[in-house]
Amino acid sequence: MGILDILIILPVLAAALIGFGAPARVTALATAGVNFLASLYLFFWCRGQVADSAGYFFRTSTPIAENPGINWALGVDGMALVLVLLTTVVTLAATLFTKGDAKHARLLFSSILLIAAGALGAFLSTDIFFFYAFHELALVPTFLGIGIAGHGDRKAAAWKITVYLGVGSMVLLIGLLGLVLHASGAGGVTFDMVELMAHGATLGGATQNWIFAGLFIGFGILVSLFPFHSWAAPAYASAPTPIAMMHAGVLKKFGLYGLLRLAVPLLPQASQGWAINLLLLLLLGNILWVGLITIAERSLDTMLANSSVMHMGYIFLGVACFNVVGSSGAVLLMFAHGISIALLFGLCGKLRDDVGTVRFDMLGGLGSVAPGFAFVFGLGAFASIGLPGFANFAGEVMVFLGSFKDFGGEIGRLQVTAMLAVWGIVISAVYALRAYRNIFQGEVSAASDSRVITKGWRFPSYLLIAALLIIGCFPNLFLNLLPSTDSAVPGSAATASQTSDHHGHDHDHDGH
Amino acid sequence: MSPALLLLLPLLSVVVIFFGTKWSGTLSALVSVASVAGSLGVTLALFSTDSSMVAMNWIALGDVLQVDIGLRWDRLARGMMFVVTLVGTLVHVFSLAYMREDEAKARYFGCLSLFMFSMTGIVLADNLVMMFIFWELVGVSSYLLIGHWFTKASAADAAKKAFITNRIGDFGFLIGILMLFGLTGTVSFTGLENWLAGGHAGASAGLLTAAALCLFCGAVGKSAQAPLHVWLPDAMEGPTPVSALIHAATMVAAGVFMLVRVGFLIEASETAGLVIAWVGGFTALLAALMATQQDDIKKILAYSTLSQLGYMVMVVGLGSGEAAMFHLYTHAFFKALLFLGAGAIIYACHHEQNIWKMGGLKTRMPITFAAFGIGTLALIAFPFTSGFFSKEAILDIALHENKLLFLIAAGVAFLTAFYMSRLLVVTFLGAPRSEHAGHAKEVSVIMFVPLLILAFLSVVAGYKPVAELLQAQLPDVHWNWFVFFVSLATMLAGAGLGFLRYLDKRSEPKVIPVLANKFYFDEAYGWAVRNLQDGLAWVVRGLDALFIDGLAVGGITRLTEGVGCLFRRVITGNLQAYSYLFGVGVFVLIYFTVFLR
Repeated sequence: MGILDILIILPVLAAALIGFGAPARVTALATAGVNFLASLYLFFWCRGQVADSAGYFFRTSTPIAENPGINWALGVDGMALVLVLLTTVVTLAATLFTKGDAKHARLLFSSILLIAAGALGAFLSTDIFFFYAFHELALVPTFLGIGIAGHGDRKAAAWKITVYLGVGSMVLLIGLLGLVLHASGAGGVTFDMVELMAHGATLGGATQNWIFAGLFIGFGILVSLFPFHSWAAPAYASAPTPIAMMHAGVLKKFGLYGLLRLAVPLLPQASQGWAINLLLLLLLGNILWVGLITIAERSLDTMLANSSVMHMGYIFLGVACFNVVGSSGAVLLMFAHGISIALLFGLCGKLRDDVGTVRFDMLGGLGSVAPGFAFVFGLGAFASIGLPGFANFAGEVMVFLGSFKDFGGEIGRLQVTAMLAVWGIVISAVYALRAYRNIFQGEVSAASDSRVITKGWRFPSYLLIAALLIIGCFPNLFLNLLPSTDSAVPGSAATASQTSDHHGHDHDHDGH
Repeated sequence: MSPALLLLLPLLSVVVIFFGTKWSGTLSALVSVASVAGSLGVTLALFSTDSSMVAMNWIALGDVLQVDIGLRWDRLARGMMFVVTLVGTLVHVFSLAYMREDEAKARYFGCLSLFMFSMTGIVLADNLVMMFIFWELVGVSSYLLIGHWFTKASAADAAKKAFITNRIGDFGFLIGILMLFGLTGTVSFTGLENWLAGGHAGASAGLLTAAALCLFCGAVGKSAQAPLHVWLPDAMEGPTPVSALIHAATMVAAGVFMLVRVGFLIEASETAGLVIAWVGGFTALLAALMATQQDDIKKILAYSTLSQLGYMVMVVGLGSGEAAMFHLYTHAFFKALLFLGAGAIIYACHHEQNIWKMGGLKTRMPITFAAFGIGTLALIAFPFTSGFFSKEAILDIALHENKLLFLIAAGVAFLTAFYMSRLLVVTFLGAPRSEHAGHAKEVSVIMFVPLLILAFLSVVAGYKPVAELLQAQLPDVHWNWFVFFVSLATMLAGAGLGFLRYLDKRSEPKVIPVLANKFYFDEAYGWAVRNLQDGLAWVVRGLDALFIDGLAVGGITRLTEGVGCLFRRVITGNLQAYSYLFGVGVFVLIYFTVFLR
């Protein structure tokens, strides 16, 4: 059993132990800590090594079924490593943010661990079968956590997210099966990503478009792609704090990871077809439409939930670039967004627990009552709106640069989309600073006055902020692990620059 | 010694204050003052060197994308750095007294150091992305300092407004950067310059103009040009030394500095130059008109800053970056002087800012009066002060390039003399018009020494040998008697009218509503934000709930809820939640058994 197996199995065992009566918080903390250290070890180990021919480290494979070919196959490459680190950091922070004497503590701690295990399994699997199954399994504790331990209108919210993500998973399954059936080579149906990679690019343009659409809608529903976003606000507003942190911070990245892992390399010609136009349109829905909704929100929890939906638009834009700059930006942004939204949900939960409300009209002036808390929240808010120095900015700027890379002096659909998307930096400044103004500045409100924020938020917050700052100042720590030439992202490899570029321009002219 | 020290010193100060000395305001203040004085020393020590270096590869993605933290230490950077560190040092020292009793002194000085760090980054940047990074960071330091007294609603609102308005400009700035990167594959100034010199392959003239104007949007935000000027007067909510350093001498001039850095791009497009010149000229006039009817001493100076920045932007558009930088350099001294002088007055009058509640300060605060008077003379371009030389250059270039803009610039010179003499007469002459003004005393030595140093520079900085010595940019203009007489006549007429009209008046003799209300920009924008942005946001949220959530998705939900009811009958009681688990489990099982076998 290798280190990757341990990363996945350890939290499952710990969750089982908690189920059998082990002390919940201690067990969860120990597990999250060990996993965090293990992922750090993995990170530093991989930096000194050369990957195998497919770009992976620690690749293992145990056959499960012959035909179709299903394997318990694990491996880690740069992108997976970034997401593994994200998972372990957020898991540790979510555990730290949760009090041992919280209501439903046992359920919460085991849910955190199971979601972590599912996310790690999905990110580390190189077999589509397990990649998919792990994500499905991680959804179960998410639903349970919201339905049982949530607050407000928890049952309705739980239903909504269950139905949504269930439907999304079904659409995704169809897309994945389409991919598997079409892209498997002569050797029979296979679920192995590396093998599929070898055959995928040979598919015809029309087929690629259809499969791409199936994938990005299926993955998209899981990532709250517009117009499939309305589950997010009620679900995150009702979810217990650690569940919101784990789902918004980690599990939601599964869909984006899937697109970057499967769609971009396997379906290069989709970057020129109708499906990409649809994606560009929908991602603008995320940034502009949902951005406006975020401005209209009057409560911190729903505002954060919608801002998270909005930021997904940038990551989709990175995917839609179909080049190495955009993809790398998307990877950085997945990490950055995961960390910063976890931080903000963690602090928001603290506010709800200690002050009793997260409504803007009832809060105010908290900055003079709890300056340290206000400072940390401010860092999180500025990180999430892309202040340089935080990883979010590095990701966003790379996504934007990727969308203009080699555009050849002709403003096309990708560039127009990117320009409209840049307006998002204004929208996000409006809602984030308004929220900060309402909660922390001005006169001290009645609700904030007599209460003080209790202990327990500092260490996990500092952990998350440190992660954002380190990667924001030194993005090369991650970029060094990612492919640095376009040919390594087959999406815009030689194929794209030789064949599709011409096709693309022809297309454009046809269009006008 | 390396220019990288200039970045490290203030950064170190920020780190030390926020992690170490934040419990002690005095200690933090000393750390901050030491770091800025160190920066000034390093700048002076490096005056005769010229270098460029890569301090760090920020983003390195093979040969596809390279973004460095690279430092370019040339004459433009040296001159700007001198202004920033000198005014910075004086403002830090002045703050020691001005903010002595402030509760959050550590935060204040920490933010000042953060500002020095960010501003230094802009000055030293050798590429567009690095400039943008520090551009955003000065924005956030400005936000923090404007909102220093954040429990005051007006200060908190002003901080928010400043940041958001700047982001609107940055929207354009970023798109400009993206276009240039897309065209050239590089973001470094040298790379772009070479590409332009080599015939700017791949870019049509229209696209080049668009890119230059997009970059200019950034300057419109940061240098508060119309129509994004509204944040600067509000920014006066910050402590007055901050207004002197950030909102008069240095940060707001960063837009002009950036335009001069990318001057090669503006030169490449005639249209862009023309648009820039007109925006600058328009702002200069608009702001000067608004300044004539303000009652708050800091607001008058803020509108004057807008107006002078308009001059600089105009002359950049007319093709003379040197003249713009020369005016930036003289303006930094006399405007910082005026703001610190205003700070001394406000301090002495117990935080009174309305000039109609002052009066008679000439005898009570003679040193401040002398310094403030010198600053005023320099601002209205009294012959042979520093402001005179730089304004002559601007007028001379306008006369040669665009007669209409020359007329506007001359009109602005008249208005400047008018509103500044009004300010001087009402504040210092006549009898005190409030109790506080009657009891005002001269400020302490730690406050007036910076004033005297700045007053000295406001007089001598314009002479060629001094400017040469201080690494300023010198425009290539010759003495022109016509320009001299126009400038002298407008100055005398404006100042004379101001004196006659306001001497011994107890209140504004005639209020002109449209000017006093700043052409209703704030009202119009406030209306737009409330009705267009927030209204639209509200409508979108409603539509989203009604259609996207209500019909499309709600339908599916209701359908499944029906299925859920079945489950609920099977698993009775409040174990309903387990049905989710069960339901999903069934889904998973069905997928894998039915589809795969």
